[in-house]
Amino acid sequence: MFRRLLKDFQGDVLAIPGRLIALIFFLLLFLFPLLTQPIAIQPFLLRVLTFTNLFVIFAVSWDLVSGYTGQVNFGHALFFGVAAYTAALLNTHLGWQPWVTVPIGALAGVIAGVVMCLPALRLRGPYLSLVTLAFPLILIGIIFAFTDFTGGELGISGLDRISESRTVDYFISLLVMLISVFIMWKLTDAKSSLVRTGIIFHAIREDEITARASGINTIRYKLLAFAIGGFFAGIAGALYAHIMRIAGPSTLALTLSFEAIIWTVFGGIVSIYGPVLGVYVLYPLMELLKTGGIYEWRFLIFAAIVILMLLFMPEGIGVWIRDKIERQCPRCKLANIALRRTCRACGTSLH
Amino acid sequence: MIEGIIVNTLLKGGVYALLAIGFSLIFGVARMLNLAHTAFYMLAAYALYTCTQLLGLDPVSSIFLSLVVAFLMSVGTYSLFVLFRLPSIVSIILSVVIALLLVWFGTGFILGMGENVPLTKAIILPVVFSIFIAGGAYKLFIDRVREHHVTVLLITLALAMVFQEYMLLVPAFGGHYLGAPSFIPGYWEIIGVKVSYQHLLTFGAVLLVLAGVWALLSKTKLGIAIRATAQDTEVANLMGIDVSRILLIVMGIASALAAIAGVLVAPTLVLEPHMWTSPFVMIMAIIVLGGLGSIKGSFVGAFILALVEVLVVYLLPQGAFLKGAFALAVMVGVLVFRAEGLFGIAFEEEKL
Repeated sequence: MFRRLLKDFQGDVLAIPGRLIALIFFLLLFLFPLLTQPIAIQPFLLRVLTFTNLFVIFAVSWDLVSGYTGQVNFGHALFFGVAAYTAALLNTHLGWQPWVTVPIGALAGVIAGVVMCLPALRLRGPYLSLVTLAFPLILIGIIFAFTDFTGGELGISGLDRISESRTVDYFISLLVMLISVFIMWKLTDAKSSLVRTGIIFHAIREDEITARASGINTIRYKLLAFAIGGFFAGIAGALYAHIMRIAGPSTLALTLSFEAIIWTVFGGIVSIYGPVLGVYVLYPLMELLKTGGIYEWRFLIFAAIVILMLLFMPEGIGVWIRDKIERQCPRCKLANIALRRTCRACGTSLH
Repeated sequence: MIEGIIVNTLLKGGVYALLAIGFSLIFGVARMLNLAHTAFYMLAAYALYTCTQLLGLDPVSSIFLSLVVAFLMSVGTYSLFVLFRLPSIVSIILSVVIALLLVWFGTGFILGMGENVPLTKAIILPVVFSIFIAGGAYKLFIDRVREHHVTVLLITLALAMVFQEYMLLVPAFGGHYLGAPSFIPGYWEIIGVKVSYQHLLTFGAVLLVLAGVWALLSKTKLGIAIRATAQDTEVANLMGIDVSRILLIVMGIASALAAIAGVLVAPTLVLEPHMWTSPFVMIMAIIVLGGLGSIKGSFVGAFILALVEVLVVYLLPQGAFLKGAFALAVMVGVLVFRAEGLFGIAFEEEKL
């Protein structure tokens, strides 16, 4: 048993450079508080990475709905914001603890996902994108109109902390991120023998009519995709509200929806590591630019980086790097390190 | 109150129609959601402010000048970012022109208008900006990003952001709220509602321009070619229509419409770098409601949503906050019952 696990580990993780890098990266993330102990701005760095972890969940959940299933969603912030507001209202009015409000917030995200999906079931392409764009904006209008309940522009503040220290906050966000990303990775794995969702999501994106003709209930799976996306975005939103200790209209803003798209496309759409990489590059970069002397230039720099990257690597930086370090065997479709001349399983020449 | 609702709906709807028709034309012909459309509307409004307030020109020449500037900037940028089917000589010339224009525009602004601006910042900023545009454009002609739909979308969004931040960085504009003076001061009472001459002028000009667009699209050979391209690009190409030329012309028309809208409404609005977002959302709603790519749909949709907006503001408490929400809710409601919008055509291959 143990030996078999070790063998699997060697074959499926160590032999594929992309996975090896991911493993080292996550190990480094666990050691991060320890490694940065001597640095004076460590609390700031921890805070930035805590939010980075939450936005990773958010971006990956967008990728699941829009990248894998192909339902390009312009209003993903709806799930984030609904969960943040749910958690905030339950916490401040009823005094419920974070470990109750975060799951309920995630469920609120699921409900928001299903509600948004209902008109979306009949629509495709740009119509779908623009309708999903409308939902968070409608909610923002309602929030601004009923200020005594929702706090209006200022939002609801004074939520309970998740924990007492920033380091614990960081580890909670890291763990939740790892588990969520792992689950979403498995759910979207087209080669998986355990779940069918991965291959069905791919099929819906590639050709919905053919998918339906092959006996797949596409409506059910689209609903499922939106519900899963809503759930994970909801977890991120509720945790964000508790760590930030405020839920404001910025959690529903158009910018947040588009940021999810920018992060994902920047890293590589239809890949789980893409959004992870995108958020880990872009979000800390923006936070660092905020503190530097070039505060006012940050959006310009951000836009310039995004445009240039997209022009040079239209598939995203993650996919670009993967193509550089990995090579797929033409015969058995196994991923190999780019240095090898022959496939590690079947010995076919890779050149 | 009813008079007020009618007059305001007509005024608002006209401006929305101008913007939405341009957007709709681009979508119809290029099949591309151009998120930077209203950014050019903002640019035109700022150009007008520069001409009248900072350069002290008279209204007629400043309208003309700002229209030309905004038009050149938008066509130049589009041709760089979107129309990379153009022959490379044309594209290089266009990118040089746009770069020079931006450098001149930016340096002039900052040196002439800002107080105590260091010379280096005044020059570096526009130069960096234009190098980045020109460099990006160069790469674009080689890489064909067009196939990646979301990527094109993001590039137009990033473009809009670049323009917004550019306006924030120019010291003469900065983050201030600015206002341009009316072309003609004073007002006129129509059926008991005070309507300023500026609004009347706007409405008249909008009607004129819309009539012009309609005539162009329905009566001329060019208009038929545009509509044919919008209906089916491949067949239009087979019929001998030069599709990339049509694309360029449509981009030009759409930019001109956005620029006209921006110049016309600038005196009635507060100018700020984020002013492109609120019409942007409305236009999205309008064209989806009317049916993507349908000119008639955008026209009718503009007035319907303008009516909804005005009604909500007049009738509901807190209406100013809810107007966008209601307009969008109407859009969602219509789409639930008619998935291709009011006048949209459900293409066979796009139908579910």
